[in-house]
Amino acid sequence: MLRRLLSDRMRALALAHALLASTAYAGAPDKVTNIFNPLSTPAEAAHRVALLTLAVCAVIFITVACLLIYAIVRFRRRREDDESEPSQIYGSNQIELAWTVLPILIVVVLILVTARTIADIEDYPRPTDAIKVTIVGRQWWWDIRYPDLGIVTANELHVPISESGRRQPTFLTLESADVAHSFWVPQLAGKTDLIPNRVNRMWIEPKQAGVYLGNCAEYCGTQHAKMRLRVIAHPPEEFARWVESQRRHEAEATPASAGRERFFSTSCVNCHAVQGTSAKGTFGPDLTHLMSRETLGSGAAPNNPETLRVWVRNPQAIKEGCLMPDMRLSDQDLDQIVAYLLTLK
Amino acid sequence: MATREFALTTGTGTLSTATLRLHDLVVTTDHKKLGLMYVGAGLVFFIVAGLLASVMRFQLVTPNNGAVSPQVFNRLFTMHGTTMVFLVGMPIIAGLMNYLVPLMIGARDMAFPRLNAFGFWMFFFGGLLLYFSYLGAPGITGAGSAPDVGWFAYSPLTARAFSRGHSTDYWILSLLLSGVGSVVSAINVIATAVSMRCRGMTMMRLPLFVWLSIVTSFMILLALASLSAAQIMLLLDRFLGARFFDTQAGGSAVLWQHFFWIFGHPEVYILIIPAFACLSEIVPVFSRKPIFGYPIMVAATVMIAFISMGVWAHHMFTVGMTSVGNTFFAASTFLVAVPTGIKIFNWLGTMYGGKLRFELPMLFCIGFLFQFLIAGLTGVMLGVAPFNWQLHDSYFVVAHFHYTLVGGFLFAIFAGIYYWYPKAVGRMLGRRLGIWHFWLFAIGFHLTFDPQHIAGMLGMPRRIYTYDAGRGWEVYNLISSVGVAAQGAGIVCFVVNLVRSYLKGEPAGEDPWDAWTLEWSTTSPPPDYNFETLPVVRSRRPLWDLKHPEDPDWRYE
Repeated sequence: MLRRLLSDRMRALALAHALLASTAYAGAPDKVTNIFNPLSTPAEAAHRVALLTLAVCAVIFITVACLLIYAIVRFRRRREDDESEPSQIYGSNQIELAWTVLPILIVVVLILVTARTIADIEDYPRPTDAIKVTIVGRQWWWDIRYPDLGIVTANELHVPISESGRRQPTFLTLESADVAHSFWVPQLAGKTDLIPNRVNRMWIEPKQAGVYLGNCAEYCGTQHAKMRLRVIAHPPEEFARWVESQRRHEAEATPASAGRERFFSTSCVNCHAVQGTSAKGTFGPDLTHLMSRETLGSGAAPNNPETLRVWVRNPQAIKEGCLMPDMRLSDQDLDQIVAYLLTLK
Repeated sequence: MATREFALTTGTGTLSTATLRLHDLVVTTDHKKLGLMYVGAGLVFFIVAGLLASVMRFQLVTPNNGAVSPQVFNRLFTMHGTTMVFLVGMPIIAGLMNYLVPLMIGARDMAFPRLNAFGFWMFFFGGLLLYFSYLGAPGITGAGSAPDVGWFAYSPLTARAFSRGHSTDYWILSLLLSGVGSVVSAINVIATAVSMRCRGMTMMRLPLFVWLSIVTSFMILLALASLSAAQIMLLLDRFLGARFFDTQAGGSAVLWQHFFWIFGHPEVYILIIPAFACLSEIVPVFSRKPIFGYPIMVAATVMIAFISMGVWAHHMFTVGMTSVGNTFFAASTFLVAVPTGIKIFNWLGTMYGGKLRFELPMLFCIGFLFQFLIAGLTGVMLGVAPFNWQLHDSYFVVAHFHYTLVGGFLFAIFAGIYYWYPKAVGRMLGRRLGIWHFWLFAIGFHLTFDPQHIAGMLGMPRRIYTYDAGRGWEVYNLISSVGVAAQGAGIVCFVVNLVRSYLKGEPAGEDPWDAWTLEWSTTSPPPDYNFETLPVVRSRRPLWDLKHPEDPDWRYE
């Protein structure tokens, strides 16, 4: 009974909140990451309880605001007033009781609904065939690892979508190598922090293919603003192809070249890894499949040969304060190293 | 004390009057002078921190704007938040309590006048120390820089490894100092209200302002202990290699968050309860009725204080607590809404059946009621943990707490200043400038903070120095920045009004508002000794009894 009442209210509010949310319901991942346009199971659960809360708050607001406006208009002192004092009322226990009990009832309803939604999202059991991903937050990028698939990548999380009949949620293990960060892709789920010395978990289950945008949501130092995130959701077959391509290693694909030699003889390899070679640095993002990523510097710039060259020459020009230094490469070295990086597909 | 100051002043006739006045301010232990110094210093810091915020809004007016570097921006929001909470909110409430509590209970000064002066100077130099970091933070070799770790300074961003130089040390030490000031001032308020009441002033006849000051002071004692302890632990971490919060050596980052929010959440109520206190004095006078449900108002305040000590982890719904923990803190958060609602309803009950006079203090109170209602409701939304997982650390949160602290706290403080300025100065604040101040500031406030709710719901995180075009945030940031200009214009009107009315305002007389509490029974401004003869009261509204001998309040007590 209560649940039906609540769902009726939610429908009644759909119109109001469509106005509020100010963007159309595209039903697809959008650059405008509206939390009222959820496309993943946990985000949808949060969305439902959000609508109920908005409805309750709207009713309270309208009631109290009307009472207040009524009081202001009705009891303002009139021009023809006789300067006498109004009758002095000190209070009323019945009225006090009424406006204590009524809010308590509303609070009880909210507590029950909230408790249930928290459990639905947080205590959802991990299916045995769920994709598992470990994400390590770093100043100011995301280290992404698929322990079961042997894939290491950065800043762009690839996951399969859930289709009707075959659910495929992705479970994330969240850690941090330095300070606190927070993983937030609004259309997929609420945020969960990545905290050093602590292992957090969350899950997502996108239902539409496409690119979902997000950001780090916990202030983490100089370039918190450009610690951006993207989640790329694929249909299952496409995801399988992506996994296949990511498991190929450089040594199998890239012929020897001048650029390759330059790369391995400079300090690039101290921080970056290229799987299947002697480059094993872990301080910076893994570069094995650099050119398969859409952005550079965790969303700071699009990834194409021109921006890549600017980035390698001086990352500080694109992402001021980031931990990759200006290497002061000669133009020739720069050209050769960029030429090599372009082969890492 | 007063007589000794007088002797000193007359004994040094060779000094100029300006020097003498300054000397008087430095050595004074008079609760009224200290109260005004608190409020004055708070307003100066308010203007400084407001200018910092204007620079931030200028940076965010368009996507990918390059007005300031990320390093500068991070210092701006850290200094803005720290200043507004510790150097604006705290001194202004301390100032109001210092000025008004002795006058309202019929006392000649605070219980510990010299402790009072000590508290002020601790706060004041603590504040100067914080701003000195702009010159001195990295020591003698660097060019100086302010703290950049955010006003809640989450560990391990504050650890040596991530915060080099001394900017974080300035943050810790200046707040420790000004915290000492707040604590002694709280002890003083409690001691004064408990032991200095005039004859007949029983606890249940205290003006609500005094009751709420007592509650706030107890909360300061409990909450600041947690912050100071955590800050000392952080100092030990940074200088002596203790490892409380040093995650690289096995410390706990979440521990800092617990310590901080055990202080941080009650802190919000420490600020808003004095705002409630102003409302509870002003609304009855301008409705011409006694406060509705006095005992319930006292009880609701005490309830708020108790519950607010048990809600801190609603700032931490995203750190990965268990579902039981999250549910507990969601439930306790909703519970605060009940006594807070009671308060709003009681103010409404006071207005009902009254004859409302829309003088300037009442205008700001009405602004408060609307805005605080919205702030409370967005607070309920943030208490719904799954909704919070979306809204936390987004611009929605920024909008929410500015609704409580600007739309709520600051509007109530403005109401209080318009209400008690005539008492403190002896002259009325000008009405025309006051109306300009109210409307410019209210419109600016809504332009700035209303759109931020939407930006947050569209995924905009807080504390970012720039953003890309195309995320749907541009228009909301633009409106938000435009609003700052209107707010600034409102503040200019306010400051001009303060100065002009001080010089040539209309004389106020003892009791310009036809009010009922004891501070209006003495001259404006009150003499050093406050009351010629200590008053004797028989009810909650001693001046009503005097003005209406045919229908006194004490008949109904």
